[in-house]
Amino acid sequence: MALVGPSGCGKTTLLNLAADLLDPWEGCIDCRFERPAMMFQQPRLLPWKRTRDNIALGLKAAGQPRATRHAAAETLALKMGLTADDLDKYPSALSGGMQSRAALARAFAVQPDLLLLDEAFSALDIGLKSELYQLLASERVASGCAVLMITHDLMEAIRLADRILVMAGSPGRIVAERAIRTPVAERDEDWVFARTAEFIRWPDIRAAFALPERA
Amino acid sequence: MKAPAFSELARRNRALDWLAATGNYLWSGWGSLASLFIFLAIWELTAQSLGSLILPTPREAFATLGQLLQDGSARDDILITARRALLGFGLALILGSLLGLLAGISMTASMMARPLVTLLVGMPPIAWLILALLWFGAGDGTPVFTVFIACFPIIFVGAMQGTRTLDGQLKEVARMFQLPLSMKFTDVYLPHIVSYLFPAWITALGTSWKVVVMAELLSTTDGIGAALAVTRSHLDTAASMAWIVALVGSLLAVEYLLLEPIKRRVESWREFASSNP
Repeated sequence: MALVGPSGCGKTTLLNLAADLLDPWEGCIDCRFERPAMMFQQPRLLPWKRTRDNIALGLKAAGQPRATRHAAAETLALKMGLTADDLDKYPSALSGGMQSRAALARAFAVQPDLLLLDEAFSALDIGLKSELYQLLASERVASGCAVLMITHDLMEAIRLADRILVMAGSPGRIVAERAIRTPVAERDEDWVFARTAEFIRWPDIRAAFALPERA
Repeated sequence: MKAPAFSELARRNRALDWLAATGNYLWSGWGSLASLFIFLAIWELTAQSLGSLILPTPREAFATLGQLLQDGSARDDILITARRALLGFGLALILGSLLGLLAGISMTASMMARPLVTLLVGMPPIAWLILALLWFGAGDGTPVFTVFIACFPIIFVGAMQGTRTLDGQLKEVARMFQLPLSMKFTDVYLPHIVSYLFPAWITALGTSWKVVVMAELLSTTDGIGAALAVTRSHLDTAASMAWIVALVGSLLAVEYLLLEPIKRRVESWREFASSNP
């Protein structure tokens, strides 16, 4: 599921509520997921821990012994395209793309049933993005976890999501919802372009992003 | 199976990193030695032009120090001074770190602590010394208290700043991955706080060495400070310089043989981070 909307409409707030990082002032949240994990807008790795220990952070918190959690971190890191050499480096010695891979691996390491992505790929170049999209899609199929991603990149939403929710600001609310039936594996670039063009013509999406009315 | 090979590799890499860091540290000693010798050369030149009554040459100072050490009396005085300085410093380290951490956790406490700390920092050690003389008399209590009160605010501020500047984003990570409280402390908070605490500890250690001698000069009959008072009254500049060399030498030894290696070990991530960008 993807949540798209203009900046400042409350997407991140909603995500933080779902992740239990914020407590609601009023109302309540009905969350039946047991193990959420989140990948933040920046990689947010701990600078004083080597990549290996960063990926294994959630596993250490869960009380797994050192050898087990390191082995799990290594397997996952290799799948994410990190090398054994990278695992021994501190995050500041990794490139932005490698840091994002490590952050994604850290989120998947705890075997979440709900993965929250807060514009996790917005700072990456298109090549890296498409590679991480593939990693995300294949890991999602393998682990069967639900994914809620926030983005203001419509193409990203159309590329990856089964359902797209459109959010508008002041007051923050969901204004449109759309399901995409085509399996993720069958969505090629042309298809994504075509659907995005189609999507952006919707009147309520234009309104949500404050685009001018089409003549 | 590939996993064991990797952890083997990791161990080897870590050992290599450690060796490299140690070698690096020892090698950097050459630079320090060179600048130390330049300093000695300047001292020698100045001494030659001023005459040995005003400033003895380094050789005279070291010779006198050697003699004092052979007598055995110097060793006792140095140990007494070190004991007082380290006791006051240790007390300040424990109390300052703990209270500073607590003050950093609560916004109210840190706001209340700020003016008090300014007051403590601004109060000259000599004023504390006078008070300590009135309170504790001429004994160990006076120098230990003066050292403690001079070091405490430095360490307190370091600990408080470290806690206050914790990264909210990393706190969220800790919460997201459900880190237990002990792990939040050791894995997220402590490494950050230590990077503030350590410089504060080192500054405080230097302060403790200076303040203890001042306190002894005025309040006690033993220790380096008292010995300095005696050499002054005898107009024995060579012995005065010998004591000063002993004082500075012991401080350098503690800092470079004990604190600096620990600091490098604890903050190795910074070192590696800057060496391979």
